[in-house]
Amino acid sequence: MLAIYKREMRSYFTTSIGYIFLASALVISAVIFSVSTVFSQSADVSVYFSGLIFVLMIFLPILTMKSFSEEKRTKTEQLLLTSPVSTTQMVLGKVFSSFTMLAIFVVLSLLFLIPLGAFVGEDTSGPNAALVMGNVIALLLIGMCFIAVGVFVSSLTENQFAAIVITIVALLFMFAINLFNSMIEVYAIRVIFDWLSIYARYQVFTYGIFDIGALIYYLSFAGVFVFLTVRVFESRKYR
Amino acid sequence: MVEIKNLVKNYGNKNAVDDISFTIQEGEIVGFLGPNGAGKSTTMNIITGYLSATSGTVTVLGKDIFKEPMAVKKQIGFLPEQPPLYVDMTVLEYLSFVFDLKGCDFNKREHLNEVMEKVKILDVKDRLIRNLSKGYRQRVGIAQAIIGNPKFIIFDEPTVGLDPVQIIEIRNLIRSLGKKHTVILSTHILSEVQAICDRVIIINEGKLIANEKTADLNRVVGQSAKMKIKVAGPNREVLNMLRTLQGILRVESDGIREGDTYSYLLETNPAIDVRKIIFNALASHSWPMMGMESVEAELEDVFVRLIQSTQGKER
Repeated sequence: MLAIYKREMRSYFTTSIGYIFLASALVISAVIFSVSTVFSQSADVSVYFSGLIFVLMIFLPILTMKSFSEEKRTKTEQLLLTSPVSTTQMVLGKVFSSFTMLAIFVVLSLLFLIPLGAFVGEDTSGPNAALVMGNVIALLLIGMCFIAVGVFVSSLTENQFAAIVITIVALLFMFAINLFNSMIEVYAIRVIFDWLSIYARYQVFTYGIFDIGALIYYLSFAGVFVFLTVRVFESRKYR
Repeated sequence: MVEIKNLVKNYGNKNAVDDISFTIQEGEIVGFLGPNGAGKSTTMNIITGYLSATSGTVTVLGKDIFKEPMAVKKQIGFLPEQPPLYVDMTVLEYLSFVFDLKGCDFNKREHLNEVMEKVKILDVKDRLIRNLSKGYRQRVGIAQAIIGNPKFIIFDEPTVGLDPVQIIEIRNLIRSLGKKHTVILSTHILSEVQAICDRVIIINEGKLIANEKTADLNRVVGQSAKMKIKVAGPNREVLNMLRTLQGILRVESDGIREGDTYSYLLETNPAIDVRKIIFNALASHSWPMMGMESVEAELEDVFVRLIQSTQGKER
């Protein structure tokens, strides 16, 4: 697993995908930051952080699109699948490498907050540590779910472009059901949609509250998609 | 060492591998021969654990690939039809990745140097794989397969698309690997098997049709020989005269003509050396012989003959 992880990390920075991801995501983040704080003369960073979710929604698929689509196209997956590494380890290697990139992005995105800190008095509503920590954890968890979905989609197709589009559409769908779910009458569908709606549980963290239930939810959500990805490879053997 | 029993693989309704059984002894180089689409790659992919079988068992060194895939995969080096190379890496980076991937536990630098020396890629070790020629890429693919000193190496069509010089080099390389490893080599080129392998397994349409020592195969192949001659003389008369000669089973004009010289394809009885007979007969008519060459048996001929001979046995 470590070998796959290392190779992925390396390839992010040799194929420039990693730089493209970081640079473009940070530029958009900077714009959101400027608009939501500097231009609106506010020290409230909650808008900034919820904006970052959309940045991740659009840019994380860039990282995950390659993960298996590329391997399938160039047949390098044959090397991975015939080497003494389990399918789960292989999938986790990919997920963790994208997660590392996500973490790098989140850390860098916090740099914008530093100048803001100068304006925070003792009684202002500016960024306090608990609130920032909560948002960081929320971003990492929700980003992890995006990655798991993206890796799953990329295991289904050898076309990277299809992978990126399908992933973004899937993530947008998950966002949308959050909005209209309450209108659905059928209870069973509502339960399923509620489970898919990864945005619903995000709010708690942004108040700086650590919610164990949501943590478990996000971990299991990502776990389910990792499991599904593993199943894709296992079932392909029997095709 | 490797035992395959009643292996079946269906793709939907299509029977890609149909009840194949064979065993391979330690230290053998076995040729896996068949036309494109015969089921060679499928069988190899099953042995390496890339695909699963519909039914049947594959045992490598006493371990079942379906039950203990990790243990078996550690013993197998595999070069698929298309070498699984990450073209954005240098040769050394790539091989070092494979070394880690296989979880090898000996000195990395020594081992990689040894492998690169064996397949003669030391001079390109710091180049990006993307920039390598096809022959070099194939060698990097072979290097990848032999990392970790697996007991058993599988090569799927290793010489396809290479130029003649590269083909000879790769064949020599495989032959030298055969001294230390057990090797399966798939190909659709008969002469390749004859050049490298101790034993040949022939499959066609998913069925095993022969499992013979290479020497024995040559006997089957040699049951009738083919040759091509060029004669300066009247086409039809030469043809009729050749048909009357002893030891010649079939004659046909292949339609190639240079001036008054026509060429003919002959099928002859290998027990009789027809060369003198033909020469004397042509000389007596003063039709000069402009050329004579023997034609190597093609895979299709072998198939026809093998299928005929197995049907003959059944009767």
